[in-house]
Amino acid sequence: MALRQTPSQTVGPYFAYGLTPEQYGYDLASIAGGDMAPPDVEGQHIRVEGRVFDGNNAVIPDALIEIWQADSLGRYAHPSDPRGSNATFKGFGRCGTGTDKQSRFIFDTVKPGAIDTEQAPHLNVIVTMRGMLLHAYTRIYFADEPANATDKVLGLVPADRRHTLIAQPIGGNAYRFDIHMQGPDETVFFDI
Amino acid sequence: MNETFNPRDWAGQPAYIAPDYKSTPLRGPTKPLIPLPQSLSEITGPVYGHESVTGDDADLTRNGRRNGEPLGERIIVTGRVFGDDGRPLPNTLLEIWQANAGGRYVHKSDQHDAPLDPNFLGGGRCVTDANGVYRFLTIKPGAYPWGNHHNAWRPNHIHFSLFGPSLMTRLVTQMYFPGDPLLALDPIFLATPAETRHLLIADFSLDATESGYALGYKFDIVLRGRHATPMEA
Repeated sequence: MALRQTPSQTVGPYFAYGLTPEQYGYDLASIAGGDMAPPDVEGQHIRVEGRVFDGNNAVIPDALIEIWQADSLGRYAHPSDPRGSNATFKGFGRCGTGTDKQSRFIFDTVKPGAIDTEQAPHLNVIVTMRGMLLHAYTRIYFADEPANATDKVLGLVPADRRHTLIAQPIGGNAYRFDIHMQGPDETVFFDI
Repeated sequence: MNETFNPRDWAGQPAYIAPDYKSTPLRGPTKPLIPLPQSLSEITGPVYGHESVTGDDADLTRNGRRNGEPLGERIIVTGRVFGDDGRPLPNTLLEIWQANAGGRYVHKSDQHDAPLDPNFLGGGRCVTDANGVYRFLTIKPGAYPWGNHHNAWRPNHIHFSLFGPSLMTRLVTQMYFPGDPLLALDPIFLATPAETRHLLIADFSLDATESGYALGYKFDIVLRGRHATPMEA
């Protein structure tokens, strides 16, 4: 490696007008928000919502959650995915927990397809907030996917922690996925 | 076949739990991270390029104007974005946000008793050119107090957010200014290992300075780079 990587620093408490301005009502266009899939995007439209908890089990109202996902056919809108993707679906969403009364993040999107035969459908998640000097990565799987049983990433996770990566259906088209930064149910975070 | 990326330089990164920065002990993960092999989910990532930037997005002295010019010292912040393999990264989005000259953020939760500037928002974005070069025009941010400990003040800084070419290259960081006496007292800056702290401090640059107009600062940013030998498919 020729150069040293720039260190990370915290996103801090005041990211909203830079990263999620429209969600928080600031006068700057957002590049992405929680509404990831306009109605014309192919696939099963779903909502994924949840809250973020600290080590005292208190709800965190200033976290930033980002989602990166494949489209409903398992294709990423990125040049490294040779299959290309649904042109109207970028696959990226961003939501702060500071505008919902219950401090939820809410993503309206489509359920991703499986990207290969080794991995069940999943959302890739970036978690960051004031009090984190470096973001953390996790994944959201779906409780109603049989392929979870053979997913190679879930297989790397101790069995008693896998539940922290599984979103549960809560009725309608919605799934709940809470993120616990610490504690007995600490969400599994990955070094990717 | 698919290219992979060099690992995160953990030795140069701040730890999740840094007790002197008092929000970290209850918010950072405590269990070891689980290493993942790099699959398409990690190698790909959000694609935001030139189409994401319009008009005065990179000129923070203009993009928040209502009835005049923002107050404070105009500065130019410019630099290059590289992978750690030394390759410049073209067409890469940078998002920034910062306090105004008085040390006040427009954010609704900022209660610091310093004036808001009706002509300054403090948020902007730009995209690197073919050589990985970016350039912002802005106002030098002021220092401001925070509640971490008695008489705690954040050094002047600008927040930066970049995606880079993959999910793994995501970086959120802060740029500081040379010679700031508050750096030696700041638990966020000091949470960074001593050997990489200097990478967070911009250099004053007469080359980047525009005569009669604004001082220039150079701040290069290095993301995880592409791995030299492709992994077997």
